[in-house]
Amino acid sequence: MNASAPAQSPAAPRPAADAIPGRIRAKASPRPGTWISAVIVALLALALVNFLVTNEVFDWGTVATYLLDVKVVQGVGWTLLITVLSMLIGTIVALTAAIMRRSENPVLRGVSWAYIFVFRGTPVYTQLVFWGLFTVIVPKLAIGVPFGPELLALETRDYFPAFWAAVIGLALNEGAYLAEIIRSGLNSVDKGQTEASKALGMSSPKILRRIVLPQAMRVIVPPLGNETIGMLKTTSLVLAVPFTLDLTFASNAIANKLYAPIPLLIVAAIWYLAITSVLMVGQHYLERYFGRGFDDRPDSSAKTGRRSRQAAVNRASTTPKDSLPEVEL
Amino acid sequence: MSTSPDTPAAQPLIELDGIYKAFGDLVVLTDCSLDVAPGEVTVLIGPSGSGKSTLLRCINQLEEPTAGRVRIGGVIQGYEEEPLPDGRWQKLPPARIAQQRSRIGMVFQRFHLFPHMTALANVMEAPIQVLGRTRADAERSARELLERVGLSDRADHYPSELSGGQQQRVAIARALAMEPELMLFDEPTSALDPELVAEVLAVLGELAATGMTMIVVTHEMGFAREVADRVVFMDQGRIVEQGTAAEVIDTPRSERLQAFLASVL
Repeated sequence: MNASAPAQSPAAPRPAADAIPGRIRAKASPRPGTWISAVIVALLALALVNFLVTNEVFDWGTVATYLLDVKVVQGVGWTLLITVLSMLIGTIVALTAAIMRRSENPVLRGVSWAYIFVFRGTPVYTQLVFWGLFTVIVPKLAIGVPFGPELLALETRDYFPAFWAAVIGLALNEGAYLAEIIRSGLNSVDKGQTEASKALGMSSPKILRRIVLPQAMRVIVPPLGNETIGMLKTTSLVLAVPFTLDLTFASNAIANKLYAPIPLLIVAAIWYLAITSVLMVGQHYLERYFGRGFDDRPDSSAKTGRRSRQAAVNRASTTPKDSLPEVEL
Repeated sequence: MSTSPDTPAAQPLIELDGIYKAFGDLVVLTDCSLDVAPGEVTVLIGPSGSGKSTLLRCINQLEEPTAGRVRIGGVIQGYEEEPLPDGRWQKLPPARIAQQRSRIGMVFQRFHLFPHMTALANVMEAPIQVLGRTRADAERSARELLERVGLSDRADHYPSELSGGQQQRVAIARALAMEPELMLFDEPTSALDPELVAEVLAVLGELAATGMTMIVVTHEMGFAREVADRVVFMDQGRIVEQGTAAEVIDTPRSERLQAFLASVL
């Protein structure tokens, strides 16, 4: 086949990008809108700063005093812990539910559907109250023969403190939402990937774990980050359990003692913003990790997929300089 | 797959016996029978929609035939050897089907490389996950295979950094890494720019020369003429003509084949 390929003279080398002759010096068409909007926004921003500084309701002195208050900082810790744990458990539950939803086993599909139906369809507040009352509704858990002897029994009250009621309540509610996100992520992976893996003799669990899930993560991570940030703020509902050490409850308690609700709301808001910023950094790295090998990697300096792909192929210099095949026969 | 002395005639490696395939009401394969001997290179040609790809996909059970048997090395694919007393056929469990598939390499029109893995990792994946080979062992053979398809210096590139022809050659190396008994090629050059077709066909030609049993669906008549031991022409779900490349391409008997060849040559 080599013989049939036409012989070609080697192409002239590509010039450096800054050595392109006659580069067009373009003058941008006027965009007065940019300037007009900048002026309007600057005026509004000034008005906002003026409002924040001069309005005594904000009481910035109190904000500064309580920003690093022990109770507040501990509240931040509990809020973070609840967020991370419930997202972790929620993700595991969601992954299980999403895989069950795609199963060929109709029983598993039905169970998953019912779980999502109930937990997505009822208010999280209601669910948290329920988990708070769990030890009252189910005082004793026992393993044994139905209507027969008990083999093992334990008092739920000893093993299920308010903290875990809060975490489990939030996790199960979150899992129902995440299950749908993960399911759509799994469905977004090209069917050819599964086919190619099958043709290699890979088993379904391995195809899911090694091929489909890592590619689905690219689609799953952005909404997962969104959900995590949502969860951070949903933790303020744990007083329904009641769990009373989180950031919102702690700052509210101080506010009630001082009769100064607004400065303490600002303290809480600053902390929530700070934690969100940290989570966004984490999301950025996750996106970069799962985007490896794809054209639209977020770390790529190129703006468009087209340019980034061409750049990647050029950088790898994987197109032959002459079009003769490089295979040796 | 050398012929053992006590069998008089070489047993076909692939036996397709009366294959029908229907998708709902649409019958895409009608009574297709074909035997392929070990080491034989068979090229399937025919207009699009003639059922070539579907027939190929029946061989490694990516499609289940509606009727007929597929045997590889004499073993029925996808079912137990004997029917149940009530006349139904017992399907094999997924693990056995996966095991049967692992003996058959397949190369797709659109490559289907794993985009989140480098070329090297693509080739190593199945030997590690399916055959249980060690990483070191799998890496050594993967590097040898990449060398064989002329890509040893591209081992650490992701598929998105490779040209189409290179991606297809990695896909061939990935299939060969399972040390298959036979290789199926489903229009391996149809998604490639014309200038990249030759490098992939060169790899196919080299593979044929090593004695690999191959079935290739292609529109490349030059390749069929040079490499194929047998050319099979399909139309409207049926095998219409078969024979050596010279017989089928140069002296077509049926009008349909004459019309088809006039349109592609």
